[in-house]
Amino acid sequence: MSREDFVGYAVPAITLGVGLFAWEALVRYFAVPTYLLPAPSLIISTLITDWPTLSASLWVTLSITLKALGVAVVGSVALAILFAQSRLVERAFYPFAVAMQVTPIVAIAPLLLIYLTPGVAVLVCAFLVAFFPLLANTTLGLSSADHNLIDLFQMYRASRMQQFMLLRLPSALPYFLAGLRISGGLALIGAIVAEIAAGSAGQGSGLAYRIVESGFRLNIPRMFAALLLISVAGITIHLLLTALSHWLLRDWHDSERGRES
Amino acid sequence: MNQMATLATKAAAAVPVAPPPLVTLRGVHKVFANQVTALEGLDLDIRAGEFLSLLGPSGCGKSTVLRLLAGLTSPTRGEIVWLANCPELGFVFQEPTLTPWSDVFTNVWLPLRLAGVSKEKARPRIEEALEQVGLAGFAKAYPRQLSGGMKMRVSIARALVTRPTVLLMDEPFAALDEITRLKLNDDLAALRSSLGATVVFVTHSVFESVYLSDRIVVMAARPGRAVAEINVESPTASRQEGFRLCKAYADTCVQTSEALHVAMGDRPPAILKAQAPAL
Repeated sequence: MSREDFVGYAVPAITLGVGLFAWEALVRYFAVPTYLLPAPSLIISTLITDWPTLSASLWVTLSITLKALGVAVVGSVALAILFAQSRLVERAFYPFAVAMQVTPIVAIAPLLLIYLTPGVAVLVCAFLVAFFPLLANTTLGLSSADHNLIDLFQMYRASRMQQFMLLRLPSALPYFLAGLRISGGLALIGAIVAEIAAGSAGQGSGLAYRIVESGFRLNIPRMFAALLLISVAGITIHLLLTALSHWLLRDWHDSERGRES
Repeated sequence: MNQMATLATKAAAAVPVAPPPLVTLRGVHKVFANQVTALEGLDLDIRAGEFLSLLGPSGCGKSTVLRLLAGLTSPTRGEIVWLANCPELGFVFQEPTLTPWSDVFTNVWLPLRLAGVSKEKARPRIEEALEQVGLAGFAKAYPRQLSGGMKMRVSIARALVTRPTVLLMDEPFAALDEITRLKLNDDLAALRSSLGATVVFVTHSVFESVYLSDRIVVMAARPGRAVAEINVESPTASRQEGFRLCKAYADTCVQTSEALHVAMGDRPPAILKAQAPAL
């Protein structure tokens, strides 16, 4: 391990350790009641004892997040490709995609709950927030191929299909991946927010529902444990998508450059 | 009678008759969509097998000439007539213009790939092209791992892989450092004499144009037009690196430089005038 790697991993780990230790010490020293602020050790033990309930909820939230992200990827790429083919289609639909994006999801969720079953409504909310960054980035990526390369393709009489597959699609890949990293995090946020909105409708078993429920029951350690799981899930999604991006771009893209030279 | 006819043919063949030009531009005007006149009434003959440089300041339309020749744009007025139908063209841009996501081999494969030639069938041609530019061992490298000069060599290999009869080069070495540039000039000169292709080379460097060309057309800007033509006497095939030290080279540089100053609308500097006879 190089010195730089050591600093990169060790410094945040030490910060975290010191922070947790201080938290634990302060809670114990001042005898803070658990319904106000539980100590880290209690949160961990709650996580272990409540694992059957919490893991089931984690799975529900994760499956909503991943489904929403999957649908958003397919939908946004398909629509971006359509936009790339026709300026008119882009003009016709893009403003609505923007309008959908800027409307806060919490405001749409109650409406969706009227028309859809809570499960589907949550999925749709998560999809809506994940969709736009992917669409915007992929659309930009598909139209940002090097002009000289476009000329070159034209000079060698490339077909539309060849130009698309060999030039536009690979040019769009880094943009798409940047969008995917944003959307991965947003899909989780969308799922949680929608679940909280739907939670009051009495249906739900995801992590957000556990948080709301624990709040009602003043079971604050469990609330923290659920929060910890959401946080870990978010970090994991981010790391996985970063790894995917690195794996796809490592050979050629400038964003991956620092690692070699 | 028969014998007479044969003799006559032989005699005709012995007299050097200028072959018809490979491509002729007649009264070519090019006005862009924003009403900027890039070219105004350009007449230009390009002869088969020659190395022609288009030299001029920015905005003289020299790159537009290449784009017209490549069929990437069409003249507003005037005509471009090729002797042969659809000659195989190669184009080298100022930037290497490689696809960063594919390795050197795949980049050079591109023109053949677009023509439907499979990777395996194209392999000998690709290897030959890489050999020609001195990059034989670099097929698997990615553009990012190469220096600016090497990227340019890949770009040239890509242009050569279709074995073009006409090579169009748009200030290919302008972005490179002087040392790399001199080396690439040498290599291009050697390569060109072994290929025998016609080269149309756009540059804003007097030295580069004199070193490489059979003929230099000096262009002026606003509106773009040809204002002078200079023939470089020494045959390109016999030139070597030492040509840069020859009197003929120095004289042609002075002559070209003066023509360029006239094209740019200012008087040649006095020092050049004073020194010219001494050279």
